[in-house]
Amino acid sequence: MADKSLELFDAGHRACGGCGPALAARLILKGCGPHTIVTVSTGCMEVFSTPYPETAWKVPLIHSLFENASAVASGIEASLKKQGRNEHVICICGDGATFDIGMLCISGAFERGHNITYICYDNEAYMNTGIQRSGATPYDASTTTSPAGRQSFGNSRPKKDLPSILAAHGAPYVATCSVAYPNDIIKKVERAVNTEGPCYIQVHAPCCTGWGFDGKKTMAVGKLAIETGLWVNFELVNGSVEKAKKIKRRPVEDYLQEQKRFRHLFKPNRNDAEIAKIQAIADVNALKYGIDI
Amino acid sequence: MSRTEFFQGNIACAEGALAAGCRFFGGYPITPSTEVAEHLALKLPKVKGGCFIQMEDEIAGIAAVIGASWTGVRAMTATSGPGFSLMMENIGYAIMTETPCVIVNIQRGGPSTGQPTMAAQGDMMQCRFGSHGDSSIIALCPASVQECFELTVKAFNLADQFRTPVFLMADEAIGHMRERISIPDSVPYTGRKPAEKDTLPFKPDEDLIPGFAPFGSGHHVPVTGLTHDWRGYPATTNPDLHAELVSRLYHKIEDKRNGIADYEIENREASVVFICYGAPARTVAQVLHDQKHDGKDDLGCLRLRIVWPFPEALLEQFPHASVFIVPELNLGMISREIQRHTAVPVRSVSKIGGELHTPRELLQVAEEYR
Repeated sequence: MADKSLELFDAGHRACGGCGPALAARLILKGCGPHTIVTVSTGCMEVFSTPYPETAWKVPLIHSLFENASAVASGIEASLKKQGRNEHVICICGDGATFDIGMLCISGAFERGHNITYICYDNEAYMNTGIQRSGATPYDASTTTSPAGRQSFGNSRPKKDLPSILAAHGAPYVATCSVAYPNDIIKKVERAVNTEGPCYIQVHAPCCTGWGFDGKKTMAVGKLAIETGLWVNFELVNGSVEKAKKIKRRPVEDYLQEQKRFRHLFKPNRNDAEIAKIQAIADVNALKYGIDI
Repeated sequence: MSRTEFFQGNIACAEGALAAGCRFFGGYPITPSTEVAEHLALKLPKVKGGCFIQMEDEIAGIAAVIGASWTGVRAMTATSGPGFSLMMENIGYAIMTETPCVIVNIQRGGPSTGQPTMAAQGDMMQCRFGSHGDSSIIALCPASVQECFELTVKAFNLADQFRTPVFLMADEAIGHMRERISIPDSVPYTGRKPAEKDTLPFKPDEDLIPGFAPFGSGHHVPVTGLTHDWRGYPATTNPDLHAELVSRLYHKIEDKRNGIADYEIENREASVVFICYGAPARTVAQVLHDQKHDGKDDLGCLRLRIVWPFPEALLEQFPHASVFIVPELNLGMISREIQRHTAVPVRSVSKIGGELHTPRELLQVAEEYR
């Protein structure tokens, strides 16, 4: 069991107040323990946590490029193995680095079967460069490259189902979790790093700046994503659902209304047609993972 | 008529693209170029036939631009150092397939992730020689927000005229500065020379450039990055054919370098001559202005708005030059290019780290030669 009181991701970094990804990093390292080497890709995490003297990491860390964290981790893991060493090798990357530019390297690493844990902190857009859409941006979210307006309701495509894609690579353990449920992150990361083979964890990490909500509401917004069924916390073991968090579902607008990125669905006029489409996404999630109580 | 705006360099670049009739942007966010994409994400969908796609990385960005160009529209992407590096294989492909396209590089400090928010001119050699094999390209360097607009327009015209990738090599300082800019109602337009009926799609005319036959124009156009014949079919083991093709790709641009050249000259009689491009040109202008104000007229300047193909003949324009002083935001890339074309001593004044030269720094160097 990991010592949960050990803080390996320190306070005093440069993240915004209420930053979901910063909380995720702290919890992830609690799950990994000190016997860990971290690869981070370019992104918010690297920007707010690595410059001296606000360096937050108490474990070895390599900031790779934008697209190659999993390939760098592959080299670390393969070389350690030859040396008879067994540190946990993990990647902590944003959704842009994971869903879009890093896809090739991730697919290669999972197909080769390296003993790494790839963790995506999913704040659902490129926040570091100023809130551009990514493959993880949900349907209808407004970003600077999918701006809502008279002709557009924001991002026109649904979120890519990366957990299923990586499960299809034969990953022994794939899980989703949320910063709104801290102990769940620690538990799942601990399980992943102690599972032989390439594992994937996707952490829902609300971004107060990019989503447009008050930083003190990070946990509340994260919980609403779960309670509306727009985010599901589940575990896939060898490709099959082992467990999914069951909930009494609320309507999706409870979640949408809290965030400026969905404001155009309510102002100046309420857009029932689009809200219904988002409700349908939650309904499909609920059916697929059987989360309704 | 024209309208006056107060724009950022990157926005001026995007507006220049729209004015030039650009109808396709494929790209990926990267500091300090992202505003080009963001502005076009807002504006392109409002233009008839306009298409903005955010791709999954820069490799896909330039690849989509190449694809769009073959449908007959003007297409562009925008990036900075790391993304530019990723694009290199596709840029070579665009050169070999003679695909007109515009690539904006808002240069930042490198190598690698370097200094995302600081100005640099460290990619000047990469744009010329970054992709493997012999070739030539065209690179423009704006020194003001106005020129971000004008040179983007010009980049599209040159790309179409020469059937080649054209680079707008700005830097973070120019891309992010805000200035007054005058936007004309219409801009110069030189489109692609169409392929004549019954001609082969890669058969060059006397100007060494084949007419362009976009997909669906009635021509049979196989497009490949392999060495190909005039029909476009791969022919990879014929030494003469390869030599002819690659020499043509080189000469179609290099032979026209005097016509392509775009520059400003101040004081041909000067003995101490600055040669500059991009952001350092602004510091040089200040030095010359201050010196003239003090009644000293022995300083001159050659400012290049187009750096590649390098207009070496311009170096002859200063018969009394005792030195060429070359301020650059790199460790002396273009100063070495100048050196190999002239007997006049060349003094490189390098500055890297992200800050521009100060007028005092450049004046001090000039004083050494007075």
